[in-house]
Amino acid sequence: MNLYEQQVANRRGTWMVMLAFVLFLFVLGLGFDAFYLSQVGGFVPIGSIVALGIGSVSAFVSYANGDKAVLLSTGAVPVAELLPSASESDALKLRQLDNVVEEMAIAAGLPKPAVYVVPDPDPNAFATGRGPGRSSIAVTRGLLDTLDREELQGVIGHEMSHIRNLDVRLMTIVAALVGGVALLSDWARRGMWWGGGRSRRRDDGERGGGIAGVIFFVVWIVAIILAPILAQLLAMMVSRQREYLADASGAELTRNPVGLAHALEKIDAAVAPTQSINRGSAHLCIADPLGRRVNLREGSWSDAFASHPPMAKRIAALRAMAFEPRGDAT
Amino acid sequence: MPGLVLLVLVILLVVWAVASYNRLVSLRNQVTNGWKQIDVQLKRRHDLIPNLVNTVRGAMDFERDTLTTVMDARAKALTATGPADAAQKEGQLSAALGRLLAVAENYPTLKSNENVKMLQEELASTENKVGFARQFYNDIATKFNISQQVFPTNLFAGSFGFKPAELFEVANAADREVPTVDLSRK
Repeated sequence: MNLYEQQVANRRGTWMVMLAFVLFLFVLGLGFDAFYLSQVGGFVPIGSIVALGIGSVSAFVSYANGDKAVLLSTGAVPVAELLPSASESDALKLRQLDNVVEEMAIAAGLPKPAVYVVPDPDPNAFATGRGPGRSSIAVTRGLLDTLDREELQGVIGHEMSHIRNLDVRLMTIVAALVGGVALLSDWARRGMWWGGGRSRRRDDGERGGGIAGVIFFVVWIVAIILAPILAQLLAMMVSRQREYLADASGAELTRNPVGLAHALEKIDAAVAPTQSINRGSAHLCIADPLGRRVNLREGSWSDAFASHPPMAKRIAALRAMAFEPRGDAT
Repeated sequence: MPGLVLLVLVILLVVWAVASYNRLVSLRNQVTNGWKQIDVQLKRRHDLIPNLVNTVRGAMDFERDTLTTVMDARAKALTATGPADAAQKEGQLSAALGRLLAVAENYPTLKSNENVKMLQEELASTENKVGFARQFYNDIATKFNISQQVFPTNLFAGSFGFKPAELFEVANAADREVPTVDLSRK
């Protein structure tokens, strides 16, 4: 896949995810109409209309401000805010980070993204945003402390290519909506046990429902129960192949695959999970912040359930690019 | 009927010519823009150098030659015109700077000076930015040149005033070696 195809696929993917989200909310609304309104009476499908409205608005808001939400949830601080109060050696590190981001932006021919630091001792990094025009790169404090300049450049190059090929757009909206779906289905499930249960007992004696009603009910239940799982799966699926691609095109920017390979080795060696980054935005990161074991394997099962490819494979691929075939990859 | 075929052929030809022309114009603008990016970074480097020289002057008083070479190379680089000329003069400046930073390595007071470290980071970064801007410029310039030179675009590219873009290449072999100096190495 070349850059243009990746961009097209990501644009399409973003639309699909937004559409799926709106449809999911619509199903919730239909369920509300079928079970609550039919007992109260009335013909206006209030539930569906409200759900459609909320769905469209929140999909739009996620598209417009998903990056803000992701950054907020990790507690990332802009470098510009850290610089004035930083000690001299710290200022040097931050300045270096800022410079490296600018270097990579020049190499990619893109505007410079905003630079953030996440106060977390575990080395990790992610990019978020809508695309080259509005994007941010965040690295953890641990990454700054662990990596040297060359390795940092490798990591930033990787993140920059996520921005360039619009991966950030799709992955950010998935992050924002995964959170939303989890919240909504939680709320709907609770509402069902309360209201739905009681009214259904009354329902049994009077009408017994219709076939259509039963189908709706089943779809509704399935949607509510499966949505968070599906959303999580989606988040994992969008991420795995992309990491290999971003590794490769990041190395193309730095022309130094070994820098990134070393960085990944160091990130891999740090065993601690990245606590500031939660499940919803795990797929944005360069390395899985949760340290899940399923990431270590290849195959269709892992492809579906892992958010990141095995680190050893990534490192081996990068070393092969540099004609430096060593490392312990099997 | 043959008239119709001829008409269709002419229309196709015109559409193709317009498309290629527009593509070349767009590429030419990208090349100009790419060159501006290099220029910005080169200017930045020129501005940083007096700063660095002034900071290290006190400690390196008897290395006057090295300092003068850097300032001379900078003065020359300021007069450069066009990519090829700039590439040659900036190459010499890079080499002179590399020597200065290598010599500075011998002065412990400089090595531990935060001010010098910061300046060194800025210079290293500017050096990188020049490199990456050059990488980007050369890629796009090569693309522009290829588009002009392939058949059949080459038949009309020249007559519409398109000229191959000069690449920004380091001129002589000695300058090819990028000096890697790291004062902050532990």
